[in-house]
Order: sequence, then C-alpha cells, then structure tokens
Amino acid sequence: MSLLEVDSLTTAFQTGSGQVTAVEDISFTLNKGEILGIVGESGSGKSVTALAIMGLLPKPPAKILGGQIRFDGQNLLSLPDRAMQRLRGPGIAMVFQEPMTSLNPVFTIGDQIIETIRAHENVSPRESFARAVEMLARVGIPSPDKRMSDYPHQLSGGQRQRVMLAIALVCRPKVLIADEPTTALDVTIQAQILDLLMDLRDELGMAIMLITHNMGVIAETADRVMVMYAGRVVEQADVGTLFDQPRHPYTRGLLSCVPTLDQDQDRLIAIPGSLPEPARRPPGCRFSSRCPLAVAACSEAMPLLESVTPGHAAACIRIKEGV
Amino acid sequence: MSGGSVSNPTLRRLLHHRLFMLGCVLFGIVLVVAALAPVIAPVDPNKLAMRFKFRPPSQEFIFGTDNFGRSLWSRVIWGAQLSMIIGASVVVINAIAGTAIGAAAGYFARLDNMLMRVNDALMAFPAVLLAIAVTAVLGPSVNDVIIALAIVYTPRTARIVRSSVIVLREMEYVQAARAAGAGHWRILRRHILPNAMAPLIVQLSFLFAYAVLTEATLSFLGVGAVPPTPTWGNIMAEGRQYMTDAPWIITIPGAALMITVLGLNLLGDGLRDVLDPRLRVQQ
Repeated sequence: MSLLEVDSLTTAFQTGSGQVTAVEDISFTLNKGEILGIVGESGSGKSVTALAIMGLLPKPPAKILGGQIRFDGQNLLSLPDRAMQRLRGPGIAMVFQEPMTSLNPVFTIGDQIIETIRAHENVSPRESFARAVEMLARVGIPSPDKRMSDYPHQLSGGQRQRVMLAIALVCRPKVLIADEPTTALDVTIQAQILDLLMDLRDELGMAIMLITHNMGVIAETADRVMVMYAGRVVEQADVGTLFDQPRHPYTRGLLSCVPTLDQDQDRLIAIPGSLPEPARRPPGCRFSSRCPLAVAACSEAMPLLESVTPGHAAACIRIKEGV
Repeated sequence: MSGGSVSNPTLRRLLHHRLFMLGCVLFGIVLVVAALAPVIAPVDPNKLAMRFKFRPPSQEFIFGTDNFGRSLWSRVIWGAQLSMIIGASVVVINAIAGTAIGAAAGYFARLDNMLMRVNDALMAFPAVLLAIAVTAVLGPSVNDVIIALAIVYTPRTARIVRSSVIVLREMEYVQAARAAGAGHWRILRRHILPNAMAPLIVQLSFLFAYAVLTEATLSFLGVGAVPPTPTWGNIMAEGRQYMTDAPWIITIPGAALMITVLGLNLLGDGLRDVLDPRLRVQQ
C-alpha cells in the first residue's frame, strides 16, 4: 500500500458564473521515500491538488465533488477537522512558493519553529529550543543558535525558504508537499534548496510531492512525474521515460520549450495559444485547441489516461496511431 | 529631545517625532495631575463656601471659585481624574470588545454579516445621540457613562480590527501556519492579532480623546454624571450662565479639555505616522 493515494479526485469552485471544475479525475500514488514531480502551467490545477490533500481548500467557494485521498490507509476527505489539523505537520507538511511572505513578521524564526513543535508534541521549552536549533542546522542555516532570535526581515529569501523547510520538517512529516519551493529564488539558491530536499528525503525517509513548472527542476530531483493540463493528468511516467519518450503532445511541447545550448535559434520555442479558461475549455481533449497533432476526433471525446508501457500512461487518442 | 542611543527603530522614530513628543508631554501633564489629585488639590471639590463665591483666580484660590464658592482648582483637577478614569476604562473595554467582535467577524466569514450589520446599525446614529439614549436607559452615574461610551465607540474599533483581519487572514504565513497544523485560536492569537495591532493602537489613542470629549459633552448637556460630580462638562455647564461676570469658571475646564484632546490627537497622529508604513516615505 502506498503512503498517499489520490483516487479520481475532482474539485470545483463556485464562481459568479456557475460552478467551475479546477481538477478533474486526478489519480496518483506516492510511496515512501519517493519524489513525485507535478508539472503544468499556472492554472493547471497543481496547487489545488496540493491544497485538497492538505484539507486547506477554502470551502466555500471550493467543493470536493468526488474521489478519495487516502493517507496511511485513512480517507482524509472524511476526516473531522480536528483530526486533520493534528495530521498537518507530523503527517503531511507543506512549503509554499513565497518565502518572503510565508513567515510571520512579528515573531522570531525561533519562536515560529518552536510553536510548530509545541502545537503537536508535549515537549519542554528547552527541548523544543534544542530541536529547533538542530533543525535549522540541518537545513543549512549557519550559526543556527544565533539565528533563532532573528526576525524574518533579517534573512534573505533563500534563508527564509530554509526556515520554512525547517518549520515544515521539524515534526518529521511522512509526506512533504513542496508547492513551487524554488520559483521565487535565484538559480544558485534554487539548486541548493533542491539538493537539500533530496538529502532530507534520504535522511528522514519521507515522500515529497514537488510541484513546479520548471522541467529542469523535475529532471534533477523527481523519481516519477505527472504532467497536468487544464485540471487533468495528461501523462504520467518515471522521470527517465518521460524525458526520453514523451508521448503526449503537451509534454513534448513542454520539453521542446526548454532552451538548449547546442541549438542555434533566434526565437525560443513556445506552445502556441494559452491555457483555456476553466469555463471555456474546448470539448473533448482540452489540449486540442493548441495541439499541433489534433484531428477532428480529438474534440469529440475526452481521452482517458491509458497505459503505454508499464508505469507510463498518457491521455491522447493519437498514441495508438503511433504519432 | 534626543533618541540617538535607543536601539528599537520604532521607538527611535517616535522620540524624534516632535509633535508626538509634544502630545506625550501635554497628555502626560494631565495624567500626572489626575493621579496626584489628592495631593495637589486637598480641598474637597464639592465643599460649599458661599462667602467665597465668584472669586477670580488669586493666590488664595489659584483658579478662583464658582457660584457656590467651591474651589475651581480642586474641581478641575478632580475632574481631570474622572476624565482619565472614564477615558481609560472606555479604551480598555473598547480594545477588548472591539478586538473580539472585529476578529470574529473578519476571521469567520459566517459571523461577518450578522456582527457587522449590528455594528452598522450602531454606527448609523450620531455618537452623542446614541450615548444620550444609552445613558437615558442606564442612568446618570459615572459607570453608566463608561458603558454608554463603550457601546458607542466599540463598533468603530471592531470595524478597524475586522478590516485588518480580513487582509491578514489571506496572508501566506497564515496559510503556512495552517499547513503546519495550527488551529483557529492559535492562528488568531499568534498570527493575526499581533499583526493587526498597529492600526488598533492608533485608533485607541484617538478613542481616548473622543471618550473624554463625549463625556464632557454629555455632562454639559446634563445627561452625564449628575452634579455636583466634578466633571469638566458639569463645571462648564454651570459656568456658562456666568460667562461674562466670571469667565474663569467656563474657560479653565475648557482649556483643560482642549489640552487633553490636543495632546491625545498629537500623540495619535505621531503613532500613525510611525506605525503606518505607507506614510513613512513622506517623512
């Protein structure tokens, strides 16, 4: 049994112009010690999936229409609020995209780490202080005992993201959801944070769900990848297969967008068009309006995720034709 | 005033703010006088001495006497004490009730409509009119005036707290705290309210001034604490009839009221200048 299983999850938002589905029929599993990368454009439903797992979707306007989220065998969607609250932190923890605003400006970082420990465990102030210092050291903050009394504005963006990681990891979560943890950071810091994530995964044996729109980040860190488009999973494979033999035209498009050094090109490659608004998705395959390989049949029925080879699935009707 | 050696940057900016310091001095004088009332004004403010009536300020009677020969020095100083007690009580009640109502309305969307509509209804009345209505129901004692003023001004505080909470509720660190397993109570207490303090503190300093001023208005109109209670409003109401013959009776408590309100407003303006980051650039 996998640590985290999401089974045909569908969520919707109530908007002024009616109900709009944000993610539809999402299924995936996450095993202990595994890093699952979730890629997709902004608005493809990555963050909504993460928040649904955390039980942090604002309801209303959000609504879960169907599916199950099983963590350690229990369905999180039917868990009472209190139990869910206890699970956040020691069970599943999350780090957010914006390290600059994810820390409370009026408390020291030490306070904020200690607070998290003491919210979940009955430990003495002295012990929680020691654990906070230890965690700061582990996420690579130099002279952690001195940094404990620093306020967030005294730290750089990379250091704040490390502090966020320390807060997320201090209760030793089994699953860490990292929602674009490196997007707001510059490239060298990005690499350090990713290395740190992988080290911590090895050290603590936790599973990581890494949400990003950066293919490079996925290639470096993930074990398996799930590509999302307009609220649906379009392709799922282990990282090597996905990069060597992408089957879905969208995945191929994403990969060809990554500029390479050995190609001499004036313009960067882009997928034409933009992500359709949830209310104006084309009928049938949602990518059909932008797909270079689309045929008439594409807009007739929604293509289902079908396995191409064991462990590799894609949702495109033209795969069978060998395109 | 030099604040060069102070390390806290907010405190340092406050110490360099001249008008804030002036406000502190003015309000400080009133506070000290009020606190020392039994020492510096040992004469009973209600002691009648008809043979001394309408004495102008002199060495014997520093502020003169009123139409009953009562020492105006004693009456104004004891009046200051009452004003400070009323102002401080209203501020404390207001801070607690306004924060509780505002935080509940801002944080729990379900309560918002109900609480804020009651709030709006209370705010729709002019402050003095509402205060008169409440004292008419409760009675004309100092305690009832405090309750009336608290009822009148709590909706404003609640609205200010609510608007801060609505903004803070959506902050990423609140989301992050939630993701780390913090409950509603902890989020409100640790992550939202401490960050909502700055506008509240500014509001409370102005509120102190409003409370003192409205209390004087109520007494002046005869619906506050009953005479002969030495409130500034009462003294002024009695002095009004003798304005041409004994102008000191109405002008001295009037000046005291002005100094208090001016001091509090300067203090509040200074706090706002320093605590509101949007105004910082202009300094």
